Amino acid sequence: MKKETKLNILAIVIFIGLLFVFNKTFDSYKIRILNLCAIYIVLGLSMNLINGFTGLFTLGHAGFMAVGAYTSALLTMSPAMKEMNFFLKPIVPWLANVEWPFLPALIMAGVMAGIVGFLIGAPILKLRDDYLAIATLGFGEILRVIFTNTQSLTNGALGLKSVPNYTNVWWSFGTAIFTIIFMVFLIKGSYGRALKAIREDEIAAEAMGINLFKHKVMSFVMGAFFAGVGGALLGNLLGTIDPMMFRFILTFNILLIVVLGGIGSITGTVISAVVVTVAMEGLRVLDGDIDIGSFHIEGIPGMRMVVFSVLLMLVILFYNQGLMGTNELTWNRILGKKRLQKSLERQVK
Amino acid sequence: MTFPIFMQHLTNGISLGSLYALIAIGYTMVYGILRLINFAHGEIFMLGAYAAFYLITLVALPWYLAFIVAIIATCLFGMLVERGAYRPLRNSPRISVLISAIGASFLLQNLGIVIFGGRPKAFPSIPMFNNIVNIGGVSIVSVTFYIPIITIGLLIALVYVINHTKVGMAMRAVSKDYEAARLMAIDVDKIISLTFGIGSLLAAVGGIMWGLKFPSLMPVMGLMPGTKCFIAAVVGGIGNIRGAVLGGFILGLCEIMIVAFLPALTGYRDAFAFILLIVILLIKPTGLMGETLTEKV
Repeated sequence: MKKETKLNILAIVIFIGLLFVFNKTFDSYKIRILNLCAIYIVLGLSMNLINGFTGLFTLGHAGFMAVGAYTSALLTMSPAMKEMNFFLKPIVPWLANVEWPFLPALIMAGVMAGIVGFLIGAPILKLRDDYLAIATLGFGEILRVIFTNTQSLTNGALGLKSVPNYTNVWWSFGTAIFTIIFMVFLIKGSYGRALKAIREDEIAAEAMGINLFKHKVMSFVMGAFFAGVGGALLGNLLGTIDPMMFRFILTFNILLIVVLGGIGSITGTVISAVVVTVAMEGLRVLDGDIDIGSFHIEGIPGMRMVVFSVLLMLVILFYNQGLMGTNELTWNRILGKKRLQKSLERQVK
Repeated sequence: MTFPIFMQHLTNGISLGSLYALIAIGYTMVYGILRLINFAHGEIFMLGAYAAFYLITLVALPWYLAFIVAIIATCLFGMLVERGAYRPLRNSPRISVLISAIGASFLLQNLGIVIFGGRPKAFPSIPMFNNIVNIGGVSIVSVTFYIPIITIGLLIALVYVINHTKVGMAMRAVSKDYEAARLMAIDVDKIISLTFGIGSLLAAVGGIMWGLKFPSLMPVMGLMPGTKCFIAAVVGGIGNIRGAVLGGFILGLCEIMIVAFLPALTGYRDAFAFILLIVILLIKPTGLMGETLTEKV
């Protein structure tokens, strides 16, 4: 076994141990933040696959999340709960008596989002840059409008309440670790190289025999799949979902994570997902009143989002590589092996 | 549906359409010159409306003066946004510029929430614009008539500026070829700044008209009209001013007419623009009046 693999397994084992300790010692608020970190890792990676590695700028992530969240919520809710929710208009009969365990519901959420991703992606992926961005943004909005209007399927604008709280740290971090491993293998493999080639130069990639349509759709559908899974985790964590949750601002939050971490870096996304999630909670202080000694600063609701917008602007204007650029944090870099090796090489010369 | 009611819908559609057209021209001009979606355009529109609101209610200026000052201020602010968010990225990849535009839009929106407050504000009613006119059994608010007139007036002025002045010629040159324009001693930065200024001016007029027509101001009010007007610009063929006007009218009229004729689809009203966008992009990717682009290899 290679040394890197050993270190990776060791790190995962240590992390699971830590998670066990956190799960025992943290209060419910902190555990919720922990869960959100993992969910944002999944979402960030799913967006980075499309935007960062394949270079297709999409803004429809909230729509896929909505598909996932609703699928999983409707599948996991008990028939009695559904009846209580749908008091204005009864639920469609084929869904009324369904109650699935969480894992199949989670997978189904991803599959549904993936199918929607395919239906959306297949016709519009020939568009480029801004056109693709605005078309995907449009699809995200269309999905939201549809969810608001299909009363007997989604309960319309009222949303769904008392969705079972299945998501805990094991589910969320299990999914996050699976997503990370999947992404690493995908990106290292021939598919990943093809995607990066498309990102760098579409026409050259096509000339080298890469099937543009197939790879773009594949990347888009996989991104949608993980966005759906992330949305499902989020829905089953919060316990209540409604169409207004999945507005453009949710996509913006994920975009923020991807840009801060570096467009095209897995480790960058993971780090920035954790940092941004914790900071978003930490900076809630700004929205409330602050008392320092006898000083009283009145809280301004919304200040937090101003700080984040400014942060995004500063990063993109002055440091548009983000935290990691397209690089990855590897064990060699952490342990300083590379530098050592280089200096050795220099001495040999 | 009786004839008077149809006429009422038609006038409403034309007036909404000309509002859309006004804002869509801003998008199309910026896109024509920079090849960039100015996501912050909707927020400029919002600021125009708020500027007029505060100048009337807080500063107590007479409305015509307030409108003029608000339009000039918004115009300058649009130039400022260009300098801050777009100019530093002139030679960066397009994705960076796009993200910067989204960032600027969110920053302005959130600043709006912090400064203006999240609650809707009522735009002051101005008798000249807000009295109700009765024509043949149809009662229509007079602003509905003023909007198309103002739009057409501004449009004629704009077409004159672009086709018959030196600045307009420089604009056309920059939008055709950036580098060649620079070689011909055109100050490209100045022209881009000016384009943003004109676009923002139109957005400010649109915002004020919007405030008169739908008198409820919110910091997020620019989002939907902004996105829809971009769609109008794309539908008409982005970079083409006549196309933007056509797209605006198509969008405004269709939106009103769909709700009028098919009330069951009212809930889907906001989705219509996006569906139109996707259909147009698939059938005619450069829009109704757009030129066909040749693929650059």
